[in-house]
Amino acid sequence: MRYGKRLGPLAAAGVLTLALASCSGGGSTNAGGASGPASENLDGHGPITYVQGKDNSNVVRPLVKKWNAAHPDEKVTFKEQTDQADQQHDDLVQNFQAKNSEYDVVDVDVIWTAEFAAKGWLQPLKDSMAIDTSAMLEPTVKSGTYNGTLYAAPQTSDGGILYYRKDLVKTPPKTWDEMMGMCSIAKKNDMGCYAGQFAKYEGLTVNTAEAINSAGGSILGDDGKPTLDTPEAKAGLENLVKAYQDGNIPKQAITYQEEQGRQAFEAGNLLFLRNWPYVYNLAKTDASSKVKDKFGLAPLPGKDGPGASSLGGHNIAVSVYSKNKATAHDFVEFMTSAETEKFYATQGSLAPVLTDLYDDQELVKQLPYLPVLKTSIANAVPRPVTPFYPAVTKAIQENAYAAIKGDKTVDQALQDMADAISSAGA
Amino acid sequence: MATEAAGRTRSRGRKQPPGAPPPQRPAGSGRETAAPEPSDRRAKSQGKWATWLILPSLILLACVIVYPVISAIALSLQKDQGLDPATGMFVAGGFAGLGNYIGWLMQQCPAIGGGTVSCAPGTLGAQFWSATYNTFFFTVITVAIETVMGFWMAMIMARTFRGRGLVRAAVLVPWAIPTAVTAKLWFFIFAYEGIANSLFNANILWTGSEGPARTAVIIADVWKTTPFMALLILAGLQLIPNDVYEAAKMDGATAWQRFTQITLPLVKPALMVAILFRVLDALRMFDLPYILTGGANGTTTLSILVVDQIRQGFNAAAALSTITFIIIFIVAFIFVRFLGANVVQNTNIVDTKEKS
Repeated sequence: MRYGKRLGPLAAAGVLTLALASCSGGGSTNAGGASGPASENLDGHGPITYVQGKDNSNVVRPLVKKWNAAHPDEKVTFKEQTDQADQQHDDLVQNFQAKNSEYDVVDVDVIWTAEFAAKGWLQPLKDSMAIDTSAMLEPTVKSGTYNGTLYAAPQTSDGGILYYRKDLVKTPPKTWDEMMGMCSIAKKNDMGCYAGQFAKYEGLTVNTAEAINSAGGSILGDDGKPTLDTPEAKAGLENLVKAYQDGNIPKQAITYQEEQGRQAFEAGNLLFLRNWPYVYNLAKTDASSKVKDKFGLAPLPGKDGPGASSLGGHNIAVSVYSKNKATAHDFVEFMTSAETEKFYATQGSLAPVLTDLYDDQELVKQLPYLPVLKTSIANAVPRPVTPFYPAVTKAIQENAYAAIKGDKTVDQALQDMADAISSAGA
Repeated sequence: MATEAAGRTRSRGRKQPPGAPPPQRPAGSGRETAAPEPSDRRAKSQGKWATWLILPSLILLACVIVYPVISAIALSLQKDQGLDPATGMFVAGGFAGLGNYIGWLMQQCPAIGGGTVSCAPGTLGAQFWSATYNTFFFTVITVAIETVMGFWMAMIMARTFRGRGLVRAAVLVPWAIPTAVTAKLWFFIFAYEGIANSLFNANILWTGSEGPARTAVIIADVWKTTPFMALLILAGLQLIPNDVYEAAKMDGATAWQRFTQITLPLVKPALMVAILFRVLDALRMFDLPYILTGGANGTTTLSILVVDQIRQGFNAAAALSTITFIIIFIVAFIFVRFLGANVVQNTNIVDTKEKS
């Protein structure tokens, strides 16, 4: 310890100078106005980088290869991120903050688009950068639009589907009330009636938003303010709460994410399941699946017709810091072209965003759920498009979870939800 | 300067071999070289040398500890970015003073049109005190259980018997598995249709309500970190010379007396260091509850809150992590100062004990 004392002043001086001199840099967190970098490098051609999460079904590599063969002077390098959505998000944020020009074209989850756009990190896709979206399903275009401007082009989509046991239910329910009426069938067969994703995570936001939107309500208005004080919103959340209290949603469903629900359905323990299209192939082919030929698909049930699914999927955007935006723009067009979209569907089972492909006989043969998915996505409502999405989704999860468990009343939950969302935007 | 001191304490503590006070009196340590007069000069030149030798690590410490801490504090004094209603773009929030800190401690959130209101349920701001409570709850319970079980395991491992190496290696397995993997394993075990329920033929919603969720986190944490505790205590046990026990036996001490009169006091320095390490570790518990329960049902710890907040705004997150840092620092200070956890100075507790 004596050495420590003798060295004290020297150490302090050294530490301070060095701290300032040798390891500063980075750390600036100013939000740029879009006018600066967004107007630069618009006609730059040259090599670019495409950034996306883990390419699990090997879709991106062949596409990049194809592009590179046709554009030897504007080669695309593929940078693969992890397969964890949170980590992909944080990686993008760090690189945008560092104004890294090496992240030219990026793949963004639909729920991040507004946040990144409002931070001024995404190139508005207008004028010379414009992308033709007329052939795309409208809700997917909405998910890439912020304040009336398109910031990200829809790339792949996803929507909720109702899986039902066709051996027990002749015609699938069209409305929520009809479905609840069929729950007596489940009771007779000693199985759970309905489940979605009700554990406290992003899936609960998806399911809550579906319940509220399907009942005719909404979570956020166009001005970004909460619109939860309507009888429709209340009816929507109440549907979930009541079903849980009645036992129509089995009690273990509050621990369900996508996988647990799928397993329960495949084990024959559920009459109805709300899930994504990926379940189809697994339930058909899994060795452990007891329902291989016993299940059918339908659009989510709504108030008096198909329900409003929440939208999944990814958009593709150009960074404002890119040096070769003309190439980036062409690459975005290539990645959203009909040919590419078809390749996504056949190779990666990723739902296309182009309306026509859903009626393509060849595709439907391979992916029989496409017609149902088309109805689902056509009626879909994007999850709240807001730059404060992380706070908004927390507010929804926390309060919907409490309401479903019966810890607070539906009115109180909606009130708290609205207050928490307001304070995020304040 | 408190921050720097803490950084040093911690990093030094880390480098130390598991809390083992040296068995013999340290020869040639600073105390001895400085004392006698003839070597005064040598000591001075040694001091200069030492300055240069230490400099690289000081620079490193400045970069990886001092700079981030200062920069975090600077960040925490700014407001989070807000939306410019005219353009719909984020703009810098401006100077906040201690606003972020007051916001967390008083659970106040910004209100529409300026000012603050009490945070609504569902905001992160409303969870500060409950997260603090959860963190300390987990810390106290898990460390207590781990200490008792670790001690017990260490006593077994300290004996000589056939296959001792195998037992020691086996005990280490849970500790060697990364926490994230452990958490995922327990996640499957505690699923409704998982192993835990079918083993006990129960229908418990492990992650569906507060009591079971907390129990699940505690079980998983104890399973994982008891070996760490056991190893640190084992290191302490092995420093106790066998002669002491033999002498006690000659004097007719019972096994219980030997445990309370010899083992406990002599292992205390190592034990305190082990407990200190575990407490500091437990206070920043993150990955286990994050993966196991997602922070639902009373398992949100301070670290989970920080990570959630980072996604909503850096500046408030910087304030929260500074608060967390101060809390952990205070706990460490209390340990070192009042409870005699001796991480920094290896003075000779064993020696004085033996003399008295």
